[in-house]
Amino acid sequence: MEQMVNIYIMGKKYSVPSSLTIMTATEYAGYKYVRGCGCRNGFCGACATIYRVKGQFDIKTGLACQTQVEEGMYIASLPFFPTKKAEYDINEVKPTEQVMMSLYPEIYSCIGCNACTKACPQSLNVMQYIAYAQRGEFEKCAEESFDCVACGICTSRCPAGITHPQVAVLARRLNGKYIAPETQHLNDRVEEIIKGEHEELIEKVMQKPIEELKELYNNRVKE
Amino acid sequence: MLTEEMRASIKKVEATRQSRIGADLRMMTADEKSQLLKEYHPDYKDNGFETLSVGPNKGSKVPTELRHLLEGKSRILGENIDLSNIAYDVDVLVIGGGGAGASAAIEAHNAGAKTMIVTKLRIGDANTMMAEGGIQAADKPNDSPATHYLDALGGGHFCNVPELLKKLVCDAPIAIKWLNDLGVMFDKEEDGTMVTTHGGGTSRKRMHACKDYSGAEIMRVLRDEVWNLGIDVVDYTSAIELIKDTDGKVAGAVLLNMETNEILVAKAKTVVIATGGAGRLHYQGFPTSNHYGATADGLVLGYRAGAELLFADTIQYHPTGVAYPSQIFGALVTEKVRSIGALLVNVDGEAFMNPLETRDVTASSIIRECSTRGKGVPTPGGGFGVWLDTPMIEMIHGEGTIEKRIPAMLRMYLQYGIDMRKEPILVYPTLHYQNGGLKIGANGMTDVENLFVAGEAVGGIHGRNRLMGNSLLDIIVFGRNAGQNAAAAAKETTVGELTLSHVDSFQKELDDSGIVSDCVSPKLLPDYTRKVN
Repeated sequence: MEQMVNIYIMGKKYSVPSSLTIMTATEYAGYKYVRGCGCRNGFCGACATIYRVKGQFDIKTGLACQTQVEEGMYIASLPFFPTKKAEYDINEVKPTEQVMMSLYPEIYSCIGCNACTKACPQSLNVMQYIAYAQRGEFEKCAEESFDCVACGICTSRCPAGITHPQVAVLARRLNGKYIAPETQHLNDRVEEIIKGEHEELIEKVMQKPIEELKELYNNRVKE
Repeated sequence: MLTEEMRASIKKVEATRQSRIGADLRMMTADEKSQLLKEYHPDYKDNGFETLSVGPNKGSKVPTELRHLLEGKSRILGENIDLSNIAYDVDVLVIGGGGAGASAAIEAHNAGAKTMIVTKLRIGDANTMMAEGGIQAADKPNDSPATHYLDALGGGHFCNVPELLKKLVCDAPIAIKWLNDLGVMFDKEEDGTMVTTHGGGTSRKRMHACKDYSGAEIMRVLRDEVWNLGIDVVDYTSAIELIKDTDGKVAGAVLLNMETNEILVAKAKTVVIATGGAGRLHYQGFPTSNHYGATADGLVLGYRAGAELLFADTIQYHPTGVAYPSQIFGALVTEKVRSIGALLVNVDGEAFMNPLETRDVTASSIIRECSTRGKGVPTPGGGFGVWLDTPMIEMIHGEGTIEKRIPAMLRMYLQYGIDMRKEPILVYPTLHYQNGGLKIGANGMTDVENLFVAGEAVGGIHGRNRLMGNSLLDIIVFGRNAGQNAAAAAKETTVGELTLSHVDSFQKELDDSGIVSDCVSPKLLPDYTRKVN
């Protein structure tokens, strides 16, 4: 007999197997997700969840698909939270401090409460990456925020109204496009292909009879 | 909490670990591989397949669950849909909000077309987001598109559609450059050289990655770009049927608001199906690594409209899905874990194969180990798994490698108290990818005029088995291609009178064949309510 626990979905009590995640327990209880469920593997951020365990004072957070149920959990899902997305042209922006000042000036209103970091289900140091963004240290901001799934829980907890994941995306794109070193071998290969320099070689392979291709494949050397 | 049996087996794995470092495990011969596939690969299990009675692929076999949907009843049968009441009127309608759909939309928009994305979930709630391992491109001096071509052709059992495969490999470096210039953060050396590794079946190191968030990093950049460009994204809205015009061209779709059940008409000059895969159909009872909405909707829509399927009978089972713990059963353990040195090891601590065989061969080999050979490790759910010996990675590449190269994997297991740096993890094949799909030409269009397809919903690019890293590649290459060509076709198109008569004709064909079905399709979402899954 499977061990059961009591959980409270939006305040309503259900008894569910203790081995389930919040997501599968919610389905077990009889719900069918439309909103609030995406990849089911911890990458898309659709199933942001806030909970409190009976008798404890602190607010906890997690992705419903990655968090196991426990006795006395009061669960609220947060499938949507209003966020701010600044529109910009990636070819026009430049990796300077002014970018953040013009697109996301509210990050300079951060009061240092650290609620964002405490709330992050990916255990990121959110406040720190915002600090990097404030200072125009985009590479550091990009690295520190890299595992962000944009669930938006940080945003929901921020007294300064910052949309942290959007700030992080901007920093990463600036880093990827402008700060990370150019890749010479990539540029060279693209140029060769555009000039048609690989056309003859690949056509030659394509025209070989299947038996010869099999022979080539089975005897190819791995480097 | 590992079981006693698991602990005992781990002792054996630890005992052989040192001797396995640097061991040269031979690759199987072509004959060994084909024998193994025949005996153990789920594609060869006759009872998992049924024959289609109607439509363009009448007489061919497809997975049973897919046949039920392809020959199911339309959601609009008996509905009185007013095609003159048009809610959306666009040039290019993209159905699906993953990497292929986003790429198509960006290119269509940039070509000047009025573009709209409809998606059943949100943009980015897609398999793209979960693709961890990487993206292939022959951009190193010791590599070439021709070498990439041969690797993918052999991996696909020599039946890939040549013109599609050529496009895939030749456009690959261009796709990487496009992503790089959009700001995707690829793993690079200090001098800008791409960090590349092997994947199963590659003969050159051409796997580019963004740690083990490769797909996530690509998807969040594409999504950001879609938003920056102001492209309309209508989320929580599924396409439930294509609309044609009286000339037989595809001219839009019937949409369903998933929350209010309102039915809406979208008129479009061209349509791109980018609806992804079918993992949530759970073929042959397998768990899946796919996202919540992977129910083959696009195949159903396209098939009813007269588009042909290619290789719909071949499914990719990713060799390393999570076998334990149960909370993440079936979730993906990226191939990158093997790329960077972890071996597959059985209950007795023996490395039973070279871990960089192609996916179909590796999956079959694991199934053999866990069935007839009796060398699997039992799990509490009644199944079996084999070890993926992750501590080897740090022995080979040094401490900290796992955290740096596969942080998502480390995090996922730590949630359940398993530290993969110190102990191996248990894996078993999981339903991962639909190798087949709708047939397209090199321009991305099906045989049905103005119906384009991109991404996992396409069949033919990968033949009968896809290599790791060629899917992230194909969504970009063929997503962009479909968007560009759909925008160009839209310019030349005048839409005639809208009609849904093809839906009725298809139903008539079903009736004439004596097929009575209570299955309604497309499925839209799997049914997990009141179940332990």
